[in-house]
Order: sequence, then structure tokens, then C-alpha cells
Amino acid sequence: MLEVKNLNVSAGGRRILCDLNLTVRAGEVAAIMGPNGSGKSTLSYVIAGRKDYTVETGGIWLNGESILGDEPDIRAAKGLFLAFQHPIEIPGVTSLSFLKAALNAQRKQRGLDEISAPEFMKQVKAAAKTLGITQDMLKRALNVGFSGGERKRMDIFQMALLEPRFAILDETDSGLDIDALRVVASGINALRAPDRGFLVITHYQRLLDYVVPDTVHVMVRGKIVRSGGKDLAIELERNGYRDYAAEPAAA
Amino acid sequence: MPAVQETVDRVRAVDVSEYKYGFSSDIESEKAAKGLNEDIIRFISAKKNEPSWLTGWRLSAYRRWLTLDEPRWAKVDYPKINYQDICYYSAPKSAARPKSLDEVDPELLKVYAKLGIPLREQEALAGIAPANRVAVDAVFDSVSVVTTFKEELARAGVIFCPISEAVQTHPELVRKYLGSVVPITDNFFATLNSAVFSDGSFVYVPPGVRCPMELSTYFRINERGTGQFERTLIIADKGSYVSYLEGCTAPKRDENQLHAAVVELIALDNAEIKYSTVQNWYPGDAAGRGGIYNFVTKRGDCRGVSAKISWTQVETGSAITWKYPSCILRGDHSRGEFYSIAISNGYQQVDSGTKMIHLGRHTTSRVISKGIAAGKSQNTYRGLISAHRKALGARNFTNCDSLLIGSSCAAHTVPYIESKTPTAQFEHEATTSKISEDQLFYCMQRGLSAEEATALIVNGFVRDVLQHLPMEFAVEAQKLIAISLEGSVG
Repeated sequence: MLEVKNLNVSAGGRRILCDLNLTVRAGEVAAIMGPNGSGKSTLSYVIAGRKDYTVETGGIWLNGESILGDEPDIRAAKGLFLAFQHPIEIPGVTSLSFLKAALNAQRKQRGLDEISAPEFMKQVKAAAKTLGITQDMLKRALNVGFSGGERKRMDIFQMALLEPRFAILDETDSGLDIDALRVVASGINALRAPDRGFLVITHYQRLLDYVVPDTVHVMVRGKIVRSGGKDLAIELERNGYRDYAAEPAAA
Repeated sequence: MPAVQETVDRVRAVDVSEYKYGFSSDIESEKAAKGLNEDIIRFISAKKNEPSWLTGWRLSAYRRWLTLDEPRWAKVDYPKINYQDICYYSAPKSAARPKSLDEVDPELLKVYAKLGIPLREQEALAGIAPANRVAVDAVFDSVSVVTTFKEELARAGVIFCPISEAVQTHPELVRKYLGSVVPITDNFFATLNSAVFSDGSFVYVPPGVRCPMELSTYFRINERGTGQFERTLIIADKGSYVSYLEGCTAPKRDENQLHAAVVELIALDNAEIKYSTVQNWYPGDAAGRGGIYNFVTKRGDCRGVSAKISWTQVETGSAITWKYPSCILRGDHSRGEFYSIAISNGYQQVDSGTKMIHLGRHTTSRVISKGIAAGKSQNTYRGLISAHRKALGARNFTNCDSLLIGSSCAAHTVPYIESKTPTAQFEHEATTSKISEDQLFYCMQRGLSAEEATALIVNGFVRDVLQHLPMEFAVEAQKLIAISLEGSVG
């Protein structure tokens, strides 16, 4: 489903990702764990198509199709979703109208008609209930004055409505208290499906208690240094990342 | 925001630097010789069959104008205007003023259809859904060509006609109020207008009458080498209400054309005037050639107690905009409002804002200005809030926000605050922000293209002001905003 091959990425003359290889199959939840500054967020941005990075070599494929040359909105229309570590404020634009604009933009890109207003509201209501999204949050400007937890829930809510083929969750657990974490995790779990893949980026094993991964990858200094099953996360929680700190820095 | 999708479609449909209203029309016209002198003024006055007092008024303005210099304090830069190289009168050639639409040159009607002003339909639909109807006065170059819904308005006692007609039919009203808010000595451009004004709209709403429909004037400059100098005079008598909208377009020309209008509003006791503008004059091409020089004096006088005047403007066109719709808050408890969206792209230069002159007691005013600069444009808010020593308890709230798109444009805010009474309370808030890469990337990650994302963010930014436009024009304004910003991303 998602394939990253020999990816070398730099920004401002500094190499951030080195010969990175990663495969996530359909239906799989893959977790990437690693210390601060290991390049986890960069990986999510590069997959989503952010401009600030230079891809030196390597490639990214979604469903067998190379997406490296696509603008972020085209990647989104192809089914890629990124839940942001820090969701952005859009003053004056209500959450509801933002969502509708996004949904219709994606539909248009795929050659579909605009969603009808009643159908849209039906989907909004269903998803809002699971994630505890209030009417008030829908009517307020997107993320403006939202608490950390509200922002994260709003992002997962958007994911639920946009129904991506592949979703990257960038430290979705950061800044959440335990109750909010449960809500968010159940929102994610509800979307797990045989034809949908997830890449969950996190520091801590905590989220993985609720969103149980199929595979866990350890990323240090821009490289995947170890891969394993869900037990690897538990081992990391116990021993930290110090076992990997001695690895020589990549060129 | 229901029109977002439509906005987006429009952005997609239009090529970069494509000015939609840039066509010119082949309509036979009657023009005065280029240049300005007393004979030209007498010619204009004679063409309009004006009474001698008005001819004299024009001439005294002209003599005054000769002693004045062009103002240079605004943050706009343009080559010297040769006032002798401008034609001050151009009229579509037709024998007499048309009595009904059937007598109007079909070429002209086609022009207005292209502009999206369905005059014929407006009249045909009379009687259906009264709330949605708009009476239209259309001014083509120097003359008003057609005014719709006149009879129905007349039944309510409302006078809505070309000012040249009002001079003939209601001379006492025109003589009483013309120049009473913007005197002929006011400023260089207003004085020039007083000397040469050709046409414009006249509105009088009698005491206690709520005008039954929106009134609207569309201004169109067509003829090459022609200036447009319209004059609008609106009087709301005691306890009356009127909402008025003006729209402006011009063909694409590689020359600069001068537009120097004067608008005077008078609100008597407990009257309310709501004046909205959607200004879309040709802004010039991508290299900054051509475009309208828009030097406009707009002022409202709250002449009675608890009078209210509200200006709402969406400024997207013109190479240069020099415009400060203002309120004189003379009556006690009167109120002035100014809501503005000023967008500049390419090489446009905007110097716009308002003046709220508090003279009466317990007068209040509110200023919300949203400036958006893109391309290589300069966008300045310039505003004066003042309180006379007798303006006991005057209050103002001002909020000026600027949004920058890209890194070659600039926004400036120049507020003047003068209070001569310790009882006044003036508040001023200002912010300047940029559409961030973070915002664009976030929107694009959710599926919006760069243009769609920019339009969405800008529409969010101007939301507070759009809410003050009459509904049908808010949608139009939203589209206009998107079109004016195209090519500003990437």
C-alpha cells in the first residue's frame, strides 16, 4: 500500500532522512517510534508533499503509484491523510465549511459530484458523535481557540469524514489526557479496515496500548534501525532508545 | 460559507490576469473636445440644459480648481496627470433620454448583460418576490442610460433618477443639498468633479419612508481617453431608510483613465443610509500598465439626531485607489460605520480608509478595515477619528487588519486620532499577518488546491465585513475577491 524506498531527504543543506525504507500493507497499522529529532515528522511531511524538503534520491509509492511529483492536494485526493502534530488555525472559516470545501475538492479531483447538503450533514452527525465533536466546535472557526485535545479530535474527525486510503498520524497522542486519548484511539480504531493502512508516529508506547499496531519500526537519525511486532514497543518503553544511540551517524 | 465552492470554480475558470469586464463596446458616442476650460464647462452645462445657478456653480469650482495642487500626501506613486489630455464628456449617441428599456440602444443593453446586470429581467420580474428586487440606475461614460423600477419607487414617494434629471425635475432639492457635504472648495479632485461632473444618481427618500427595495447604480467607463466624473447625492429625510449599492467596471485599456467621483449622503433625524460599493475598475495588466486612477471623495453627513450612515466597500480594482468614505457625526446620538475590504494585487496601489468626525454628543462610530495585499502591491489604511470639544461622550472602535500574500507586497496602517474632549473613548486595534506556509499546507493536505486554499483563508479573513453587504452582493463580492487574488500564489 505505502512503499518508501531508499529515501534520502535534506532540508537547509542538512540530511534528515537517510536511505529510508518502509513498507506498510493494506489493513496494516504500522508504528514508528524514535527519539526527538530522529526525522519522524519529516517523514510524514515528505510523504504528504510539503515543499520545505529536498528529496535527493528514492521514491514514495501509494497503491503502486509514485506520488513524489504530486502536489499535496493531489496526494490527498489519492487518499492520503496526515493528522498533524499541531493542527492549524484558520480564522473566520468554520470547521463545518472547511470540511465541506475539503471534501468537495477531493471529490471533484476524483471526478465525483459535490456531496449533497443532507448527505454531508448525515455523515457529520455520525462521525461527530463518536468523537465527541459538539455543534459549537463545528460552528466555530477551525481550531481557533480550541484546546489541544479539541484540535486533535477535530483532526481525527476530519479523517473520519474524508475516509482516506492511507492515514499518517503524527504524534496524535501528544498533549492528550487519558480520557481524550481513549476517545481519539477509539476514533482511529473505528476506521481500521482491510483496505486502509495507517502509519502511527509516536514517542511513547502509551497510544499503542489503545491502537495496537501490527508492526513497529524504530527510527533513529533518519533511518529505520529495527523493525518488529508490537512487543518491540513494550521493549522500547522499558529500555528507552539508548541501545540505538551508539549507532554511527549516517553520512 | 456557501459560496466558497463557487468562488473556487471561478478562480479555476479565469486565466491569470484576465479581467473579466475588460471588453469595450462599439457604441457611437458624442464627445467633447479634449481638455478643460470654461467653454468646455459651459458646453457640458448646456448639454444638460442646466439652470444658470448650476453653470455658475460649476464655473466657480473650476476657477477654484485652477488655484489648487494635486494632493501628494497619499502613499501612491503615479506619473503626472495631464488634465488637458482628458475628454470630460462622452455620451452614447441617441436622440433623447430613453423613456423605457425598449428605447435603449440594444448594444448598450448587451454591455450591461455582459456585466451581469440584467436590467430587462429586473423590470420583467417586477411584482415577484419583492425582497429580492433591486432598482438599477446605469451610468455609461458620462450619462445615465436607464433607471429601472422608477414608477414603483415613485408610489412610495422615493425619487431615484439620474442627477441630471433631478436638476430639471427637483431643482429645489438639488440646489439645497448639492455641495452641502462636499463643498466645491473641498479638495483638488472634488473641486474638479464639481466643475465637470456629468451624471450620477440622485436619491430622495421622504420622511418616514422605508425604501421598498435596494437601489443600485452601475458605473461603466467605456470610451477611450475619457474621464468619469459622476456625482451622487442621496438624501434620507427624517425617519427614513435606504440601502444603496454601486458597482463599477471599465474596459481594459493600456492607458490610465481618470475617475474622480463625489458622493454626498445626508441623513436627517433618525434616518439611516446604508451605502455599499463593489469597486472593480480595471486594475492594469500584470506589468502595471493601464488601469483606472480612482480619486474619489465620499462623505456622509448625519445632520439630524440619531441619524446613521454606514459605508461598506469591497475594493478590488483600479491601478490607484485614493478614497476615504467618511461620516460627519453632527446630530447628537448619530452613528457612523465603515466596513472595508481592500484587495490589491499586481502593481495596484491602495490608499484608503475613513474619517469619523464626531461633532455631536454621544455620537458613536465603528471602523472595520481588512486590507489584503498580494503581488507587488501597496495597501495603506489611512483613517482619522476626531472628536470636537462639544462631542461629549463620543465613542469609536477601530479594527484594522492586514493580510499579506507573498513577500513582495506591503501593508501600511496610518491612523490619526484627535480628541478635544476628555469624555471621548477611542479604541484602536490593528494586526498584520501573512498567509502562512503552515496554513496553505494544512489546507492542501485536506485536498484544496493552492488557489482554493488562499481563497478560503482570505474569505475567512474578510468574513466580518462581508456580513455587512446586502446578501446578493456578498456572494458577488466573494467571487470578486477570489478572482482578484488569482496568480498570487505559488
